[in-house]
Amino acid sequence: MKIHIRNGRVIDPMNARDEVIDVFVVAGKIVGLGTPPADFHANRVIDASGLVVCPGLVDLSVRLREPGFEYRATLESEMLAAAAGGITSLACPPDTDPPLDEPGLVEMLKFRAKNLPGPRVYPIGALTQKLEGKLLTEMAELTEAGCRAFTQADAVPTDPQVLLRAMQYAATFGFSLWLRPQDLSLARDGVAHDGAVASRLGLPGIPALAETVALATILLLARETGARIHLARLSTREGIAMVRAAKAQGLAITCDVASTHVHLSENDLVSFDSHLHLVPPLRGLRDRDAIREALRDGSIDALCSDHTPVDEDVKQVPFGESAPGASGVELLLPLTLKWAREMGVPLIKAIDLISWKPAQILGVPGGNLSVGSCADICIFDEAAEWVATPKTLASQGDNTPFLNHSMQGQVRYTLIDGHIDFEFAH
Amino acid sequence: MNLQLNPDGSLRHLLTLDGLPRTILTHILDTAESFMDVGEREVKKVPLLRGKSIFNLFFEPSTRTRTTFEIAAKRLSADVVNLNIATSSQTKGEAILDTVDNLAAMHADMFIVRHAQSGAAHFIARNVAPHISVVNAGDGRHSHPTQGLLDMFTIRRFKGEFHNLTVAIVGDVLHSRVARSQIHALTTLGVPEVRVIAPKTLLPTGVEQMGVKVYHDLEAGLHGCDVIITLRLQSERMKGALLPSAQEYFKFFGLTPAKLALAKPDAIVMHPGPMNRGVEIDSEVADGPQSVILPQVTYGIAVRMAVMAILAGGTTA
Repeated sequence: MKIHIRNGRVIDPMNARDEVIDVFVVAGKIVGLGTPPADFHANRVIDASGLVVCPGLVDLSVRLREPGFEYRATLESEMLAAAAGGITSLACPPDTDPPLDEPGLVEMLKFRAKNLPGPRVYPIGALTQKLEGKLLTEMAELTEAGCRAFTQADAVPTDPQVLLRAMQYAATFGFSLWLRPQDLSLARDGVAHDGAVASRLGLPGIPALAETVALATILLLARETGARIHLARLSTREGIAMVRAAKAQGLAITCDVASTHVHLSENDLVSFDSHLHLVPPLRGLRDRDAIREALRDGSIDALCSDHTPVDEDVKQVPFGESAPGASGVELLLPLTLKWAREMGVPLIKAIDLISWKPAQILGVPGGNLSVGSCADICIFDEAAEWVATPKTLASQGDNTPFLNHSMQGQVRYTLIDGHIDFEFAH
Repeated sequence: MNLQLNPDGSLRHLLTLDGLPRTILTHILDTAESFMDVGEREVKKVPLLRGKSIFNLFFEPSTRTRTTFEIAAKRLSADVVNLNIATSSQTKGEAILDTVDNLAAMHADMFIVRHAQSGAAHFIARNVAPHISVVNAGDGRHSHPTQGLLDMFTIRRFKGEFHNLTVAIVGDVLHSRVARSQIHALTTLGVPEVRVIAPKTLLPTGVEQMGVKVYHDLEAGLHGCDVIITLRLQSERMKGALLPSAQEYFKFFGLTPAKLALAKPDAIVMHPGPMNRGVEIDSEVADGPQSVILPQVTYGIAVRMAVMAILAGGTTA
């Protein structure tokens, strides 16, 4: 397949490129920019006039719900939804049922995903067996099976000794640990940020301390062990300040936030809408503003969707009983663009946070449009307005706090490995 | 959009006192006043809600609140059905919405809802047919508006006005839906000083943002008070490392005659019930001349009649 992407505004953060230029794709690779290689005859010409052509998005957290939660969403539905969101590579966390703690399970998932259209799927392996926080998994075997990193999903092991040894072991092989700083004891029974709003609504709180206490432990152990640490889903101003300080001291860590937390805060909870029940919880306005600023100044390295599709039954209950999480692969791009517009951040910088930067964190190809690199490309209309509804969203999970919200920025084409895996139907 | 008000500003559901305008609070209290004598008539009934079906939907067990709602509804001539869902369909795994839809299909006009989860009444109100009103009879730690209203009714009866009062709420504010409702009502009705008195483990984060003054010392907090509201202390609080023992709590936060003497001489003592004598309140105070705990229960019926009558569209006795 030879594809000629004509007349688009090519934005490639890694190469600091932002110009209108043609892109030529042959056999899954980008083979030319501006001028086609000799003997290039396109099978398909995409007219990208007025559109942005950027690296395919790399999403650091997408729950595909297989194995075990197929009633919530299937691999087919969520991979299609991700492609519709412009995503060409995604990391999926191991909190499936059973958890991804054995090479066989990882190989099965990779095999299933490979035979479906949609993004490249990179499993994140369980750090401990059954995610119980006690015994280490076979990290080396899991890496051979395709795991890109290891995580305890929504928490850190409650036993600091297990965490210390996990870091030492991972550091032995140079494996990366993705840790969500949340102290489970301090978060116990909580469903919302412990602040004035939860107090007023009578919702049991999760204090900011649940994040900062866990973060302090992680940072101390990381310094000691030299383990490669990526901090997933920061949510508090204090936590961001700790990461910023650790980075300034030379600790090689990276971190991300979920796109929901860039726009929403505890103030949105007043209606008790269970779609706002998220992990980590939506924090205060000052926390949200700190996230927005840290994305701008580079203290936060990447934005992800933290896509968590659930069925409507587990949201159609009172807030505290509802399953946490929001669906989001199709909103990652428009929510990132919204932040950039509101903060006056150039498009190239916004795209960096959802393509090149996360590709580096995940350690995978893609995330750039260099000649010779894989043809993972997202083509979108920056100005197109649309409304997020169960009809316009392809994900099986309709559980988003942005339901019926107007979005600006819409994907027109998603190319994965040089194939058009998604094409917007007008 | 305000879920509990109609577009014209009248009451559609009663879910919380948070954000409810003073005019509506006062209207409910005035209406309750007009129902006060119904209980003393030979025929303790008015025909205001004749033909209406009211369902007591209690997802969490309660005897006292359910009974007063039942009496109130019957005095308004409504048909009342009591459902203790805690012991029926919920244990069979039926979803709340299925229960609600089933009852709506039986032509219910009003749901009185109690549930252990904060926001449960909001959730049901958002999902009921347009002709059904929802009254929150207590949701988690969030709200217990009829209790808050009957407390205001009690204060108004004994103190006349709100604008010159100092009111202290003593005890487990953190877990108390009653305290939250009282705080919203008191501040809305213009009480200039509302105090909460509790150890730090039993106060919600940022409670002062609800417009209260925080005290951790009972004696200092009671000084000069006109109204003292003691809250029930659940025994499970000792398990969550919030308190060491009921004895130590009583020593520092229990309302004894000596502590009560620090308040104004004509201060009244209230309690939403049921009381733990010797834990949050000394029997001598609970049964003493300043206690208005039993009148609270009596007024509760009139206040609940007023709420149901207003929601059903008729307001005169």
